[in-house]
Amino acid sequence: MSAIESQFFALGETDRLARQDTPLHRLDGRAKLLATLAFLVTVVSFDRYELSALTPFVVFPVALCLGGNVPGRWLWRKILFAAPFAVLIGIFNPLLDRQPLLMIGGLPISGGWISFASILLRFTLTVAAALALTAVTGFNNVCLALRRLGVPRAFVVQLLLLHRYLFVLVEETMSLVRARALRSCGRGTSLREFGSLTGHLLLRTLDRAQRVHQAMSCRGFAGAMPALRPARFGGREIVFVLGWTSLFVALRWVNVSRWLGATVLGWWS
Amino acid sequence: MHMADALLSPAVGGAMWAATAGLIVYSSRKLTLEADDKKIPLMGVTAAFVFAAQMINFTIPATGSSGHLGGGLILAVLLGPHAAFLAMASVLTVQALFFADGGLLALGCNIFNLGFFSCFVAYPLIFKPLAAANPTQGRIVGGSLLAAVVGLQLGAFGVVLETLLSGITALPFSSFVLLMQPIHLAIGIVEGLTTAAVVLFVWQARPEIVAAAAQAKPVGPLSLRKVLVGLAAATVLTGVVFSWFASGQPDGLEWSMFKTSGREELAAPAAGVHESLAGVQEKTALLPDYGFPAGEEEGAAEEAEAWPAVSAGTSVAGLVGSLLTLTLAVLAALALRRRRAAVVAGTR
Repeated sequence: MSAIESQFFALGETDRLARQDTPLHRLDGRAKLLATLAFLVTVVSFDRYELSALTPFVVFPVALCLGGNVPGRWLWRKILFAAPFAVLIGIFNPLLDRQPLLMIGGLPISGGWISFASILLRFTLTVAAALALTAVTGFNNVCLALRRLGVPRAFVVQLLLLHRYLFVLVEETMSLVRARALRSCGRGTSLREFGSLTGHLLLRTLDRAQRVHQAMSCRGFAGAMPALRPARFGGREIVFVLGWTSLFVALRWVNVSRWLGATVLGWWS
Repeated sequence: MHMADALLSPAVGGAMWAATAGLIVYSSRKLTLEADDKKIPLMGVTAAFVFAAQMINFTIPATGSSGHLGGGLILAVLLGPHAAFLAMASVLTVQALFFADGGLLALGCNIFNLGFFSCFVAYPLIFKPLAAANPTQGRIVGGSLLAAVVGLQLGAFGVVLETLLSGITALPFSSFVLLMQPIHLAIGIVEGLTTAAVVLFVWQARPEIVAAAAQAKPVGPLSLRKVLVGLAAATVLTGVVFSWFASGQPDGLEWSMFKTSGREELAAPAAGVHESLAGVQEKTALLPDYGFPAGEEEGAAEEAEAWPAVSAGTSVAGLVGSLLTLTLAVLAALALRRRRAAVVAGTR
């Protein structure tokens, strides 16, 4: 349970990072969202044995972290937390694909290891970009950006409400679970007890939904969330999106790492 | 289990995004037509409930492990399929943005795998006819179990298909299916039991809640069949467009062969050998009846032919360059950060 508690603590940490005020935070959410999507599509469009051409892409999450004042250690811990599935599926590659692709000092490296490393690199890049996006934009602004990009209102309101009540319900659940743990002397929960605990939580949740609805109706809710800050997709946003997108396209065609390595090795010899 | 961006190709990711976006628009339209603004806070809070309820574990007898509620099915039972689909999609979006479960590009796949099958297949076709019309304890348990197992089996199969179509892993179809389906049978049974336990409790305490969701009739002129036809078309179209876009780039193997055989300036002393090897390569590849098995095997065999021709110089250059790029990025980041810290300290 402590793992889950710390996970939810990290959820609050993301929001704290998103409340900072840097030029990157002030940029319209749509610009950051579009640039991130361009990044993701470019990164996953490489073939499965690609490694060296992918590494320069690390510049995007690093730039987001630097510009948005996001601690690298925090990001790294979250990446490791999410790793298991990609590692679990990727680890079969070295076992199944044993054709040697590369010789390093007489040691053959099989295609499977290269594609496994490629999966890990893709995973790190895509996850880092998504997390950094949330940390420099904030969930509310991501939702507003989605709304302005044409996502249906019902879904956006749903996202905003979920985020709003997540913390309340998580705290309520934690006190429920803790109260049971303190009275049960380490005995496990039977399915019946589980049903009763979760059922009670659900009933309380439904009552809460009714109170929320009454409170919202009192304040004039008619199916849409008002946005306080007017959105502006101005020159800085256009430069941001075009700049990053053209960099991604350039990096898709030119393998900077290979060029750099060849140059350095050239000096060496 | 969540799909990850790292295992996905743009064609599959884009196609599943199109399918999911269509379903979200469809469900939102349905809800707007229902015009029940009470449902909106109910959906938001119930989705948060699914998140929070995952912290309550029950002990699975005789295994020492524990299980918890998954979400899709209980949402459908409480909210009806359309609202439940939106709620499940919102849960997965939050997971993708905050916990990096799955990823943004894989979000389409994940919403489809975990939302579509439980809300639009398992609930209306299995749970509703079995348990919702005339609920008894046995019917609720049986309906939940069957619906959860079927929903998760379909979802797991979706993960298998999406992963294989993307072609990033080397896992063959049969072993991947044998890996995923049994795991999800166990997860499905746990999901069914937990859903049944909660639904039973609510049904005994406040039966009108379960009845209300079951009786809610879909309103409006939109029919699911038309939407599904449109979706299928959009999915195929996106897949085709994206794969055309992807194949505008040379295939990975051809590309790496071009790079290794085509850049004489890096391996100047061995240029002659190199070129002739490349020529041999081309000839063997063009032989009409070379008897390679199709697909994956062909790639591997070609690779086996190609590898002695891979210039160690270029590959080592790639490796060295990658390490250099990463080191440079980290060093630049540290330097900038330190400088900023110094500036901030100076202003105080």
